[in-house]
Amino acid sequence: MTDITPDTAPAITYKVRKRRHPVIAFALEQPLGSIGLVIIVLMMLAAIFADVVAPYDPLQTNYIAIMQAPSADHWMGTDDFGRDIFSRVIYGARTALAVGFIASLAGCSIGALIGMVSAYFGGWIDTVIQRLMDVLLSFPIIVLALAVVAVLGKNIVGGIDINLIIAIGLPIIPKVARVVRSSTLSIRELPYIDAARAAGFSHSRIVLRHIMPNVTAPFLIMLTAYVAQAILLEASLSFLGLGVTEPTPAWGLMLSGSAAQYYQEAPWMIIFPGIAISLAVFAFNLFGDALRDWLDPKVRM
Amino acid sequence: MLAYTIRRILLMIPTLFGVAVLVFFMLRVMPGDIVETMLREGGGNIPQHVIEQERARLGLDRPLYVQFFSWFGGILQGDFGTSMWTGRPVIHEIGSRLELSLQVALMATLLAVLIALPLGTLAAIFKNTLIDHVIRVISIAGLAVPSFWLGMIIILTLLTFYSWIPPLTFVSIFDDPWRNLSQLIWPAMAVGYRYSAVATRMTRSSILEVMQEDYIRTARAKGVYERLVVARHGMRNALLPVITVIGLEFAFLIGGLVVTEQVFNLNGIGRLFVQATARGDYTMVQGLVLLVAVTFILVNFMIDMLYAVLDPRIRYK
Repeated sequence: MTDITPDTAPAITYKVRKRRHPVIAFALEQPLGSIGLVIIVLMMLAAIFADVVAPYDPLQTNYIAIMQAPSADHWMGTDDFGRDIFSRVIYGARTALAVGFIASLAGCSIGALIGMVSAYFGGWIDTVIQRLMDVLLSFPIIVLALAVVAVLGKNIVGGIDINLIIAIGLPIIPKVARVVRSSTLSIRELPYIDAARAAGFSHSRIVLRHIMPNVTAPFLIMLTAYVAQAILLEASLSFLGLGVTEPTPAWGLMLSGSAAQYYQEAPWMIIFPGIAISLAVFAFNLFGDALRDWLDPKVRM
Repeated sequence: MLAYTIRRILLMIPTLFGVAVLVFFMLRVMPGDIVETMLREGGGNIPQHVIEQERARLGLDRPLYVQFFSWFGGILQGDFGTSMWTGRPVIHEIGSRLELSLQVALMATLLAVLIALPLGTLAAIFKNTLIDHVIRVISIAGLAVPSFWLGMIIILTLLTFYSWIPPLTFVSIFDDPWRNLSQLIWPAMAVGYRYSAVATRMTRSSILEVMQEDYIRTARAKGVYERLVVARHGMRNALLPVITVIGLEFAFLIGGLVVTEQVFNLNGIGRLFVQATARGDYTMVQGLVLLVAVTFILVNFMIDMLYAVLDPRIRYK
């Protein structure tokens, strides 16, 4: 047998496909979304390191410096208790982001689970769940949240009002459930689900291991978008006096009470917290939008 | 079609029944009832038997299911009961505020449509250009700015430049159209911005989708002006999803103006809802929630019917 191994390996020039890091690819393709992401990250950093970033204690009252206009000492002025508004806005990011994330995560997770179960089992389970979701959907979100807050009252665990989270998360559930249900309906018919069933896997295993990974994209998109809605709703509820309570620094709360009374003389009391709310919601919407274009352009919200 | 219409109307009943049951029992779980709120407000010590008497007068001493069916039975006959707080019929209390809320909602809708259709179409035509990006930023900002804060900023601006403050009383458009409009245009703008943002985004994505269709290519191929392709062939078909979001937002506005009404000193449905909830006025809250739910379900139904009218391909069976 002659040795057929060539002396030299044929020179094949592979075209090296540039594999960009996904974060860089995202930044290049979605410039607006990246701006959103940068704002989100900055806000998170400000929230986490609020003790370092904020020049004053947000709760420290100072009766010599009441309702002062923005100056070098107080960048955003002071409120009617002489508290530094800039510091309160920074600490307010903590409240907004914590409530926003937890409520959106809880609402989206429960909604996704309900949607998957509803579509997977079908039949009467689906009908009952869908009717229930219809009932929840027929309330404006603010009315639904108001009702929950009124019924449940306050229940503060670790500085966060659990019932406020429920009130903000509940309106998210039916919307997520609907989107996840429709994606699950098409997944359910795919051959590998039949295969899993034929292999004798349990329902919970099929739902969690075979269906869930396929609804991750819409889930992530909705999670981001509903953080924005949750922040806005928390601000509205706090503004009405039904959300976060004094003295906790929260943006919506900073717009209510004495601020609503004096803002015509001291406009900085409402201008900066309002900008903070808008900026946070804006950033999450911008990022969520880009994420949708990036992951799954078909998702309609 | 007729069979479908009837089935849809019948299907509203279980949903409304669900809403009624939910709101009725949720209210009863709340700690404290209207009698305590009403009598203890003065701070005096009210003897127990007076409280019992008052409860009996309002029918709150009966078993829950009896209360529920007597209330729901009344509704089926068009009787929403009387407010437990003011003693006036719920229908009257709602009716006197509905005009205001309805007008603000209608004006906001008009504003939204006037802004959203041109902007959304422009964004779609100039997709991924500077125009599109600017419109996208404007509309995402519209989703982000809380309408009550925008309302405060509007008041602040008007105060600074025209020394205008929100009037304390509501003037009906039928009595004094000018004063009425100059009062309500501002809250309509405050909520209309967000509303137009939602509609702009939907218009854009819907037109983009439609412009990929075969009949658009056909229209272009036979040499129709691009402007006419967009206006006649594109817009018309792209309108369906836009109508859907406009309808749904409108339905939400009827009861969802809670915060904006507060800022502008308006005595509408939203404020009535907050008051009734705070007072524990069961019949009032129940009536309001049903009103909102009925509006929502009816709007949904009308949207579906409109679909069939606008798009002859859609046939409901």
